[in-house]
Amino acid sequence: MLKALIIAAAFAGAPENPSPTYPNEEAVEPYVQSNANAGASPFADKAMWAAFGGRAGVDRIVDDLVDRSIADPRISEIFKAHDLVRLRRTLKEQFCYILNGGCEYTGRDMKTTHRDLGVQNADFNALVEHLQAAMDREKIPFRVQNRFLAKLAPMQRTTVER
Amino acid sequence: MTWGWIALAAAAGLSATPAAAQEVRTLGKLLLTGGVTTVEGSAGGGLATWAVVTGYETREGIGANAHATLVELPDYQFRAHGAAVGLYDRVELSYTRQAFDTRGTGAKLGLGKGFTFRQEVVGAKLRVLGDAIYNQDTWVPQVAVGVQYKNADKAAVIGLLGGQDDDGVDVYVAATKVLLAESLVLNGTLRATKANQTGLLGFGGPGADDYTVQFEGSAGMLLSKRLLVGAEYRSKPNKLGLQEDDWFDVFAAYAVNKNFSVTAAYADLGTVATFKGQRGLYLSLQAGF
Ligand code: HEM
Repeated sequence: MLKALIIAAAFAGAPENPSPTYPNEEAVEPYVQSNANAGASPFADKAMWAAFGGRAGVDRIVDDLVDRSIADPRISEIFKAHDLVRLRRTLKEQFCYILNGGCEYTGRDMKTTHRDLGVQNADFNALVEHLQAAMDREKIPFRVQNRFLAKLAPMQRTTVER
Repeated sequence: MTWGWIALAAAAGLSATPAAAQEVRTLGKLLLTGGVTTVEGSAGGGLATWAVVTGYETREGIGANAHATLVELPDYQFRAHGAAVGLYDRVELSYTRQAFDTRGTGAKLGLGKGFTFRQEVVGAKLRVLGDAIYNQDTWVPQVAVGVQYKNADKAAVIGLLGGQDDDGVDVYVAATKVLLAESLVLNGTLRATKANQTGLLGFGGPGADDYTVQFEGSAGMLLSKRLLVGAEYRSKPNKLGLQEDDWFDVFAAYAVNKNFSVTAAYADLGTVATFKGQRGLYLSLQAGF
């Protein structure tokens, strides 16, 4: 009952435009869509988006990041039984939004999404290592990588369990 | 009944917590983020202690390091070796032995050729607030407080030089911040000390037995995940009246992997025991996890 009320309230607060449906993804509990859910403010200029190779470059980085993460015995368990199709799509949106590539982030906020995953600092750092490797592969200069990582680093507080 | 419940709870705990949350984990930190080992055995740069905790553990685990350090100076040789453990990225405990070999200079100082000052340094550091790396959205640094108990072995010579004690305690507070967007690592440390040449020449001097506050600063730039280059400054008291100088160095710390790192520096220790211009190569090897 309470749950139904919460869901109804969430629907009531949702924006007018019906969000597109993604046939290959599992349904998630309704939530209020907002770029604020991305958890970081976007860069002001276009330089970062260009340095990352635009849409194609970011898509490759995200796919490589997810591939490396699910193949890493340190953290692969955490991803089991989760919708990786959705994860890849929302991660691409999130990176695009933060890198000022002109995307809207349509995913959930970091705190809610990661709440029950049991992510530890060592897992967070393992993911960062995979992101670094994926960016290396795309020949993103080290200093540019760090500018981006500086946006993601504070998400340790919302993705790692206390 | 109790055992059954415990077994059940343990099983539930294990299945509900991927990545083996119950385990003590190792090697969870990012490369270089545990710093390297200073001449006094604590995690930091080469001459300056930082607020980071040694080892590659995160707050879910433990880490440890052993180090060996050599500084070749025109008139002396400085050596240090020791080990440190990091507990849960919170507490660091360290033990280091330093040797200051006067070599041929010992004869000129009337101490005898190869006369060597030695001291042991036992350190404890507690990280009290902040996070140097994650909290990129604030200026608040990672802050740690620490103590170092130092015990020098040449009490008789220290007494002749005017030193008050052959052992002493340093207390410090260190603040470290990585400015990731700029690839910079900054550190500032305030140390209350009576130590002469970090304690090798004892503590306090003629009419100077008070603690004074000294500053240690480091600034470095990350050139890659593995390589940090930078410079350090460390102010020194001058309690023996032997023109003890402040220390400087430029350094490069290179992490081969999470088990092994090398730090090379050019260190300027100024005047040491009346011999001027003590500048030379600093080399430190660190192995651990
Ligand atoms: C900066 C760090 C991180 C960012 C930016 C990030 C981003 C995201 C995004 C955008 C989603 C999808 C949200 C949605 O479905 O609406 C997500 C979900 C997920 N993330 Fe992360 N994440 C981070 C850290 C981690 C870490 C360290 C792990 C584990 C090692 C992890 C594991 C997962 C899993 C398993 C899901 C799927 C959750 C579900 O299906 O409900 N994430 N993350």
